[in-house]
Amino acid sequence: MFGLESKDGKLLLLVAALALLAPVILNPFPEGSAMSQFNAGYPDLMQRFVIFGILAIGFNILFGLTGYLSFGHAAFLGVGSYAAIWSMKLVTMNIIPSIIFAVIVAGVFSLVVGYISLRRSGIYFSILTLAFAQMSYSLAYSVLTPITGGETGLQIKSTDTPLLDKALEAGEIGRANLFGYGMGSSYQLELAGWQFTFNLGYYVAAVVMLISFYFAIRIFRSPFGMMLRAVKSNQQRMNYAGLSPKPYTLAAFVISGMYAGLAGGLLVAMDTQVGPERMFWTASGEIVIMVILGGAGTLLGPVLGAGFIKYFENIISKINESILQGWFAFLPDGLQDFMVAVVYPFIGKGWHLTLGIMFMLVVIFLPGGLIQGGQKIGSWLRRKKNVVAKDSTTKPAE
Amino acid sequence: MGILEIKGVNKRFGGLKALDDVNLSIAENTTHAIIGPNGAGKSTLLNVLVGKLIPDSGSVTFDGQSILGRQPHEINQMGISRVFQTPEIFGDLSVFENVMIPCFAKRDGAFRMHAYESIFAEKAIQQQAEEILADVNMLEKRHMIASSLSRGDKRRLEMAMCLVQNPRLLLLDEPTAGMARADTQNTIALLKEIREKRSITMAIIEHDMNVVFSLAERITVLAQGTPLVEDTPDNIKGHPKVREAYLGEAQV
Repeated sequence: MFGLESKDGKLLLLVAALALLAPVILNPFPEGSAMSQFNAGYPDLMQRFVIFGILAIGFNILFGLTGYLSFGHAAFLGVGSYAAIWSMKLVTMNIIPSIIFAVIVAGVFSLVVGYISLRRSGIYFSILTLAFAQMSYSLAYSVLTPITGGETGLQIKSTDTPLLDKALEAGEIGRANLFGYGMGSSYQLELAGWQFTFNLGYYVAAVVMLISFYFAIRIFRSPFGMMLRAVKSNQQRMNYAGLSPKPYTLAAFVISGMYAGLAGGLLVAMDTQVGPERMFWTASGEIVIMVILGGAGTLLGPVLGAGFIKYFENIISKINESILQGWFAFLPDGLQDFMVAVVYPFIGKGWHLTLGIMFMLVVIFLPGGLIQGGQKIGSWLRRKKNVVAKDSTTKPAE
Repeated sequence: MGILEIKGVNKRFGGLKALDDVNLSIAENTTHAIIGPNGAGKSTLLNVLVGKLIPDSGSVTFDGQSILGRQPHEINQMGISRVFQTPEIFGDLSVFENVMIPCFAKRDGAFRMHAYESIFAEKAIQQQAEEILADVNMLEKRHMIASSLSRGDKRRLEMAMCLVQNPRLLLLDEPTAGMARADTQNTIALLKEIREKRSITMAIIEHDMNVVFSLAERITVLAQGTPLVEDTPDNIKGHPKVREAYLGEAQV
């Protein structure tokens, strides 16, 4: 299918089905029920799932294949966002030109950063990319305020006059659109207590994510992708086999930078504003954690990791003390307070602690990420099934 | 005129003269061994030939073209392949991918942005890789991860990776160093077979006299950065100068 091997085609179909049905799948609990706070099927969060999925897919092309650990990918996300919003300010509020512009600008920026950073490898490469990202952040925060809006960031105001759009009314805040349809427009489906929201912005982002995922599969299965794995494995042999590792690594760096720019452009398309904190080094670190948590070098892992982290960030962090009191209300008073005190550090503002513990467990016991965990469970189930099958075939002989 | 011509090459490391006016010619379609005691400059010479070191003076030409100042991958693209003392392979990749990579390098050059094509569609390359794996008796191990191979198989794989490019000159850096006796014999047999099947020029840098005398057609003895003698194996065996250079080193 689309020039893919059947296994990869099935994977793409699976991801497509999950992405298209996400508003239903992520809302398994009826509205108003005690569990409904675990529902993740609201537009804002679903958009984040797929956009950060794109970011992680792109980062994985660099880190998963070549092994070069960039600690500055948030810079490309931020640059893409600024490029997208400027395209909206100057040309049109339509998201398509702004996303394309975001990808191009992020690509050029990553070419410059990559060309310089790739003069070194290993930890020095990571530090160089980190330095570039922090410089970008600081510049956006201070010196470049005329372009970036400094601390307050950028929005589309009524004073902006996009070339192709009609002027905004005084005081109105501009919202991005796709040929006139707002990204926030949704269709609500009520179904016997369940509530599903089908949001245009989410579906735009999901389609872009599926296209990105498709290209990532193509790259993974291409001779180019094999060369990138060769870069990770043995650059010395690459050289003596007549290959130049540098342009391959740089190409991977630029591709992953363009993916980050695409994600940045989409963030602006969904929520028409930018701030410099998007480029802060913790944002770069988050990308690394997403990919490692999900499984670096695998196709599905990065998307999974991105989803996990965004879920924790938005769902676990919303559980507060009174919700906990409710959960443990069935216990005797003293025990209830004790349980709340034990669990409390791990939820709400403490969600980083839960995430940190989970990350450590994954890195120590599943170096291949959550994907490896899934594979282990899968092979264990198969083995169990085989044993059962063997038992049933041997029994009649007794 | 040989395929590889080394003329007046000098290389200094601080006060040490590693190569001292080296003149050497390797004729096409021969196996030429370069031997010498420790510190004779064998490895320095090899590193000059593959572009890792640039000599202070002198010229090195391959098939009439100078190789000095070229990058290792450019020199490989000219038709020189190198086998390392410890096999350099792509440990994380499968055996089959290991041989496909040099095939792509040979066909597409040092860099090509073939990111949208599929490996599975590259039938010609796959066939080339399969043929060479069959040649070195490793076809049934094609799906194994290269780092899990035995030492001898790693050596075979590295040979296959070099041979699949049909190099005009194969440089071997102590191909049997640290090997058990049986492995050494296997490697000698493999090299002999390669030599018989293909018209390939080989330059071997070697310590083990057994290997040298069973393979080489010409031998150059290097001592203190200078070629001492160059002759056929039979004449080298009894040469007084060689005995002198090797005194206390090995029985010749």
